[in-house]
Amino acid sequence: MENLINIFVKSIFIDNMVFAYFFGMCSYLAVSKTVKTSMGLGLAVIFVLGITVPANYMLNKYILAEGALVWLDPSMADVDLSFLSFIMFIAVIASMVQLVEMIVEKFAPTLYSSLGIFLPLIAVNCAILGGSLFMQERGYTSLAEATSFGLGSGIGWLLAIVGIAAIREKIRYSNVPAPLRGLGITFIVTGLMGIAFMSFMGIKL
Amino acid sequence: MSDKEPLFSAKNRKLLTNPLGSDNPITVQVLGICSALAVTAKLEPAVVLTISVTAVLALANVIISLLRHTIPSRIRIIVQLVVIAALVILVDQVLKAFAYDVSKQLSVFVGLIITNCIIMGRLEAFALGNRPWPAFLDGIGNAAGYGIILVIVAFFRELLGSGTLYGFQVIPQAVYDMGYENNGLMILPPMALVVVGIIIWVQRSKDKSLIESN
Repeated sequence: MENLINIFVKSIFIDNMVFAYFFGMCSYLAVSKTVKTSMGLGLAVIFVLGITVPANYMLNKYILAEGALVWLDPSMADVDLSFLSFIMFIAVIASMVQLVEMIVEKFAPTLYSSLGIFLPLIAVNCAILGGSLFMQERGYTSLAEATSFGLGSGIGWLLAIVGIAAIREKIRYSNVPAPLRGLGITFIVTGLMGIAFMSFMGIKL
Repeated sequence: MSDKEPLFSAKNRKLLTNPLGSDNPITVQVLGICSALAVTAKLEPAVVLTISVTAVLALANVIISLLRHTIPSRIRIIVQLVVIAALVILVDQVLKAFAYDVSKQLSVFVGLIITNCIIMGRLEAFALGNRPWPAFLDGIGNAAGYGIILVIVAFFRELLGSGTLYGFQVIPQAVYDMGYENNGLMILPPMALVVVGIIIWVQRSKDKSLIESN
């Protein structure tokens, strides 16, 4: 249990998707103009990460990893399908995103229209695929660990995008040098936020 | 577009050169930021990733452009993802076979070429509506524009952060003896963002038409 909380907190603050690995920067920069839309996108990312990471964990454990097909037949112990993991992961992610899109369109049409093209683009958001690939690379040992990593990463991403959206709403009233306006200042503010987040680095649970 | 158009007509040359400057994928189109920032602590991974992205982007552009009349538009995203993922698996296997150390260093970022927005963005915006040869040039051009930013960022981060370039020591020992220290902050992730921010600042100061309203 302690281990699960450790992974959860670590993936929110220390290994934050945005500040430590720059995952999902494209939508992070493009959708962070207002707090409301960024909140919606953040929730969608949490949901998709919370489903795809455990789903891909099962896929990896029972089909893709070396010797994973033993449950089918003992003679398949040395079959290694892990070279297929990219294409399998992206297929799971794309279908999950399609599902989320349909749910959001049905129950929150205003959010759906304000997110626009960025909802289908969650499928190609690096944060989602990155979550699955990190899960595979770090070798989490149980489904619970994979789930808490997925949810934690999603919450960390939400935290980052809502934070930058709030700052950008205020920055609109400041006198930024003309060439830095928009994209440039957002990069630099994100860098400063990243330095602030680094102060969590020493924390051990 | 006639068939007799020369291979390097003015229009085709523009496809190659525009992404290097006024239509740069990273600083103007805001595509493909994630990997650009994460692998630039050293020059070597940055160069390797640039080559990989060039190969994937040029080939994917050509393939999608050849298939553009047969792909139903409702499922085009899945088709594009399958083409990209297949190409990235090839690149990944090649890297693992011939450049294992760099492949370990790049870790998940090779796989993340799949979700690199440059590739999806160019496929959507260009390859779906153009013939294979211009699509190929567009792929090479955009990958080069992406690579240039990667190399510039990696150059400054490696030079100031570890005093080396491509793994070779360039700042002589005598300078260290006089009290110079490597700036450890440059190696840390947040500084990549600041360096890109400064590049955008320099570029937009030169080219006023790129300035955004707040």
